[in-house]
Amino acid sequence: MLHTVNKSPFERGTFDSCMRLAKKGSTILLYEDGVYAAMKGIATSGKVEAAMADFSFFVLGPDLKARGIDEDKLIAGIETVDYGGFVDLVAEKGTVQAWL
Amino acid sequence: MDGFEEEFDTEGVVKKFMFVNRKAPYGTIYALEILEMVLISAAFDQDASVVFMDDGVFQIKKGQDTTAVNMKNFSPTFRALEGYDVEKLYVEKESMEARGLTPDDFVVPVEVLAAEELSVLMDEQDVVIGG
Repeated sequence: MLHTVNKSPFERGTFDSCMRLAKKGSTILLYEDGVYAAMKGIATSGKVEAAMADFSFFVLGPDLKARGIDEDKLIAGIETVDYGGFVDLVAEKGTVQAWL
Repeated sequence: MDGFEEEFDTEGVVKKFMFVNRKAPYGTIYALEILEMVLISAAFDQDASVVFMDDGVFQIKKGQDTTAVNMKNFSPTFRALEGYDVEKLYVEKESMEARGLTPDDFVVPVEVLAAEELSVLMDEQDVVIGG
């Protein structure tokens, strides 16, 4: 199953709710303000790094670029996708839960 | 109708305005709207200061490129504020550090203040507008 998170982990509890409810092995896609969660060396990095044992993480490239976040600022192991990759994930995973 | 004109004669009135940016730049319209208000206050020769705190610090992050998301990159506008005599830009230290940023990451020179110092400045304002 694919879970999408589009809110900043600093501002909303959306990311935490997703982590709490997503079944192990799920795929998480971060986009819009959700991409801030993919940054390393920030206050929320620890919990994302810990969650990587249970989930595979993807982040939307155009939203990273818009916010000035370079690839080298990302937590290792988070994969960047473009809009086509977003569509592929949706098609591949079947059910999508959007944590708005 | 003399009284009418007098009532609206506000020329020369200068108030201390503080604009408190607390949202990331593109997920919502708050950041852009606050920036518009800063420019309007400058057009009316008001004493404006601008604060970036919480996710608002991301508004002035260097390297923003919005080409692929079809939105206006308004971060260069912060560099133009100086030309409108808006020179008091503050970043809350705690917010900046929590997001792994340093003053070198910003598109404009800012004064970094701890929450305690910022609260004093905030308390001195005539008008505080948050978003």
